[in-house]
Amino acid sequence: MHEVDMTKCLLLSMQEWRQQHQPQTPVVDRVHLQVGEFTCVEPDQLVFTWGAAVQGSWLDGAELVIETVPLVGRCTRCDGTYSPSVEQAYRSPCCDQPMEQIVSGRELRIRSVDYSLPHVAPASSDQPVPTTT
Amino acid sequence: MHLPLQDTIGLNLLAANQHQAEHNREHFEAWQLLCLNVMSSPGAGKTSLLERSLAALAPEFAMAVLEGDMTTQLDADRLEAVGVPVVPITTGRACHLDAAMVSGGLKLLRQRIDPSSLDILWVENVGNLVCPAEFEVGEHRKVALLSVTEGDDKPLKYPVMFREADCVLITKTDLLPYLPVDVERIEEHIHQVNPRATVIRVSASSGEGLEAWHGWLRQQWQAQRVQPLSPAESRQTAIALA
Repeated sequence: MHEVDMTKCLLLSMQEWRQQHQPQTPVVDRVHLQVGEFTCVEPDQLVFTWGAAVQGSWLDGAELVIETVPLVGRCTRCDGTYSPSVEQAYRSPCCDQPMEQIVSGRELRIRSVDYSLPHVAPASSDQPVPTTT
Repeated sequence: MHLPLQDTIGLNLLAANQHQAEHNREHFEAWQLLCLNVMSSPGAGKTSLLERSLAALAPEFAMAVLEGDMTTQLDADRLEAVGVPVVPITTGRACHLDAAMVSGGLKLLRQRIDPSSLDILWVENVGNLVCPAEFEVGEHRKVALLSVTEGDDKPLKYPVMFREADCVLITKTDLLPYLPVDVERIEEHIHQVNPRATVIRVSASSGEGLEAWHGWLRQQWQAQRVQPLSPAESRQTAIALA
């Protein structure tokens, strides 16, 4: 269950983002990840451990959205791309070459964060003015 | 009122581990040693192979071992008996070593010896074909072991491990006469997922292939002396993608 450690790494990276870019603690709605098919990450387990790990933290309630990126290889003979059958066969069907180049599928990327900032009362005139009688 | 905002980050999920791994590698380069990360499933023969290789190479190289083990110190005791310094890293429930654990092991090692006196630092990872493949520890080269008793489908089922390895050792070849296993098929499957890997058949029991394996090691060590080795190209691609 190395997704626990993956989640810890992810939380550290999120912490880094907050410290570098957010002067006030943001309310995070969603964290978008791209996880390649040719990695050791099980998206369901990552979502599960994320849910447990963020409880009570500044990320409590934030949803983890995972986009799976398929494995695509490039044939070294004809330069065409192909989709290997993960766990079964990785040779290129066009020219029967081994999987030398990977075009996509190794991603473990935090793509983006959807968030909002807590409301700060602006000193403007559109505030409702209390009426006096 | 909440303003909906979105930040594009594009950061590697394992960035925190990656930074620590690079930090470890800077130490290795300052100490001018070659660091190897040895990985396999439990029981594939990492410790037996290390026992043989440490004994055979001790006249040539100054070596030390960081030994990852989930709960016990058994493997560390076996290797210490060969006469090289061994630092056990018990990982508890973690099923792999990460860069921070190896950094902790390095601190303990420095209490015993001066690492700049070393030529080769071995990291024996926790037995597991899945997680160690994704967690760099700062090594220059990854070595994966696959024993002939594990079946020829393993490189296809656990492809990331074999893709990441610079050298794959097919171990326990002395058992081949007793098994219905096609070793050429194992090699073909490794080649499918990683055509660049050096694949060597070895037996720690009979000694078969050990000379070829040690030859590969000497090559890496020589190359490291000329110019610090960077991680293998496949991993650089992975980092660039992520």
